[in-house]
Amino acid sequence: MHDAATPEKWPDEIDRRLINALQGDFPLVAEPYRQVAEAFDMSEAELLWRLDSMLERRVLTRFGPMFQIERAGGAFVLAAMRVPDAEFERVAAQVNAFPEVAHNYRRDHALNMWFVLATATPQGIAETIAAIEVATGLPVFAFPKEREYFVEMKLRA
Amino acid sequence: MREVNIDSRLDATDRRLMVATQGGLPRVSRPYDALADQLGITADEVLRRLQRMLDCGVIRRIGAVPNHYAIGYTANGMSVWDVDDARVDELGVQVGALEFVTHCYRRPRRSPDWPYNLFAMVHSRNRDEVAARMAQIAVLLGDACRSHDVLYSTAILKKTGLRIAG
Repeated sequence: MHDAATPEKWPDEIDRRLINALQGDFPLVAEPYRQVAEAFDMSEAELLWRLDSMLERRVLTRFGPMFQIERAGGAFVLAAMRVPDAEFERVAAQVNAFPEVAHNYRRDHALNMWFVLATATPQGIAETIAAIEVATGLPVFAFPKEREYFVEMKLRA
Repeated sequence: MREVNIDSRLDATDRRLMVATQGGLPRVSRPYDALADQLGITADEVLRRLQRMLDCGVIRRIGAVPNHYAIGYTANGMSVWDVDDARVDELGVQVGALEFVTHCYRRPRRSPDWPYNLFAMVHSRNRDEVAARMAQIAVLLGDACRSHDVLYSTAILKKTGLRIAG
């Protein structure tokens, strides 16, 4: 679990330019890092070092393909729970232990835990929700999307 | 959402490629060669399969996934709105088109505690900025909106992305 990054972990100006430039269109060529590094006038070794460092510091959570599993027959569903404060850590650990939980946020509301389930099949969602309810002893409320109006995964650093 | 024009079914090799890359690309000079070795196929085939998955939308994009907090978006507000069913689709498209809304969905209400059917994620540098942006959304929704709320994230508990079993 981590909150806002501490100042010494913040990306420097070059990291920010990399983050802004690399949120898509990573080249599908034999030596993609070299191609990107050349565009940034840095060595391939420096680019790889910066990416590793940003991943290690959790400035980046991942570097690679972002899958839309619904296009491949799977499912994504937003779900929420009302977790008593005294039990929050236990329940967070139990919920996070499920590989189907792709991300999980604490939010300041009576429904204070919001997570996204990603499963290889649509049936996997109901099975996972049932298993989380058994593991935690708390009800899970599913908020499946009925319509998607807009999704933009890129954020300016 | 993009239209699906291309067959997005995955074969067993696509699925192995998904499992091999869902945690990230190898950070070596020739990452696709490394994947090819791991999967027992050629690097050309790796590239062809990744390109096809991009074309059909199974892969949204390939690149860096930043931690919102670490790049300064410390106020992450999930704004939720109770919007007239007859108008929510028309208005949802307009809310989604606002430059500061990163995700916008219609979801089921959970009466009586949860009357909200429109979700719009607003990532900002501080809560005042989120509030100002929500005021803009409120103006856009007008009298079609009966009530609203905002849920700020206070901690990332997990952010691994999907992990399909191999």
